Parts: sequence; C-alpha cells; structure tokens
Amino acid sequence: MKKLKLKELESCLQQVDTFESPKLLLEQYPTRPHIAACMLYTIHNTFDDIENKTIADLGCGCGMLSIGSAMLGAGFCVGLDIDADALEIFNSNIEDFELTNVNMVQCDICSLSDSMSDSFDTVIMNPPFGTKHNKGIDMIFLKTALQMAKTAVYSLHKTSTRQHIQKKAAEWEVKMEVLAELRFDLPASYKFHKKKSVDIEVDFIRFSAKKVLN
Amino acid sequence: MKLLTHNLLSSHVPGLRPGGGFPLRIELGHPSELPPEPSPGYEADEEFLRRLHHVLLEVEVLEGSLQCPDSGRRFPISRGVPNLLLTEDEA
Repeated sequence: MKKLKLKELESCLQQVDTFESPKLLLEQYPTRPHIAACMLYTIHNTFDDIENKTIADLGCGCGMLSIGSAMLGAGFCVGLDIDADALEIFNSNIEDFELTNVNMVQCDICSLSDSMSDSFDTVIMNPPFGTKHNKGIDMIFLKTALQMAKTAVYSLHKTSTRQHIQKKAAEWEVKMEVLAELRFDLPASYKFHKKKSVDIEVDFIRFSAKKVLN
Repeated sequence: MKLLTHNLLSSHVPGLRPGGGFPLRIELGHPSELPPEPSPGYEADEEFLRRLHHVLLEVEVLEGSLQCPDSGRRFPISRGVPNLLLTEDEA
C-alpha cells in the first residue's frame, strides 16, 4: 500500500463534504481536515492502530475520521451516528472516494451499552462535548468506546474536563495518555453571540482498552 | 450493510431477555449460497473460504430489514444503512 504523507492525507480530507445545515443540539461540526489528518497520522505511525485493523467511529457525522482511516489502510471501518442527514452525506462521500471497506449504522450511542463488546480493534472519535442540554454525553461515549475496543480508544475531550476524565480512567482501570493539546474554533451557536467563533482547548487522548467494570 | 456489520448489531427493544435481540434476521428475499453451518476442516477448503469472504465482505444489503428474533420489531435498512433507532414510545 502506497505510504500516504501527512500533507497528502490532509489534502484528501479537504475533499470530504460536510454538514449542510449542522444541527446545534447534536453539536454537529466537521472535524477539521488538518486536525483529523494529524490525529490519524499519529494513530497510524506512532501506534499502528489503523492499518488492517477494524475501526469504529462513534458519532461519525459526515465521516471525516472514518474516511481518513480507510485511506491509511484500515481493514474495515464502521461509522455510527444518530442523524440520518449526516449519514446521507457520509454515504455520498464514500461513493465519491470509492471506498469499499466502510459501512455505517444509524443508532443512539447512549443506548448501545455493552452490546458490541470487544468488537473492534480501535475506536477513533470526536464525540459531542455535552454543551447542549446533554451534559455527561462525552463520558457515555467514552465508556461505550472502551467496551467496544480491544486495543485502544482515541478521542477528543475538552481540556477543562481532563481531571474528571483522569479520575474516571483510574476507576475503569484504563491507561490514559494525553497525546496533544489542540485548539478548536467552533462556530458560534447562538445568534446573540458577538464573536463568529469560539476557541476551545481540546485534548487528544489515547486510552488503552481494558475491561470496563460495570 | 455488509454481513460483517450485521454481525455486530442487536435489538435494543426494552424488556428483552438477557442476550436477547440477537442475531437480527435479515429479510430480503434471496437465499444465501452458503450452508447454515461450516463443515469441519473449513479452514482448508479454499472454495468455501472464497464464498465466505464474498458473503461477509463483498455483499452489501442495500434495502431490506432486520427483524428482532425476540420482539419481532423490524429495523429498516435503506441505502445500505441499518436504522436501529427506537421511537420515543418504545425507548
């Protein structure tokens, strides 16, 4: 398989179509191609958790992370999301990129519990942060991801929640490593916000999967 | 939806017995070309492995439904995407 350079991966991901009318309550926004490329490149080159592996993308939206994984040689990717409109865009992206090893499922991550235990080698996700009447959703996504993954979970969480996550990780007996600190600029959510976008500090974290105690 | 994906899915209709809701019955209308159980020594059977690979990874269900074996609830598959969401009344 031809080795893809970081810049090439990022260029490809810039072709991924994203949300036409993002739904605020679902915290929909595309993972920026630059961030997605850097994340996936690290996961692939430093940890070898993508090539020929089975990968789940929780809250996949339009599929940025899944598509990037497929381009880096993933064995099989499954994207999961609650929103049919996002999945429709994901589907057309898959056709445009001519990918044959990416599937998607429409479901509610919060009601999966442990039905897909140990079903994937790796979980890669950019979960909702819990800022829209859905507090705690980031931890539900994380717990579910840890149950699904055999080897590792790669996820993005607000830096302000780092200590809370460290506590939970210790409780669940999983190793946690902050791989990078990023800055997201998210589009303004409410009409009365003066700034066009807001900067949020975000941690890119690797969790080693282990049996999560119920 | 590939068969490999279908293997992961189960029904979350409330009130099922533990371990229930799996496997979901695929409803389409054409029979599979594979026997219901692999025969012993299947790992060495090149022809069988080829057909297994084809069914697991190369066949895509585009339209159809998945039926919960316990509750009978049907989950639709459209444009290759299975929809496992329950309605507000069901959840």
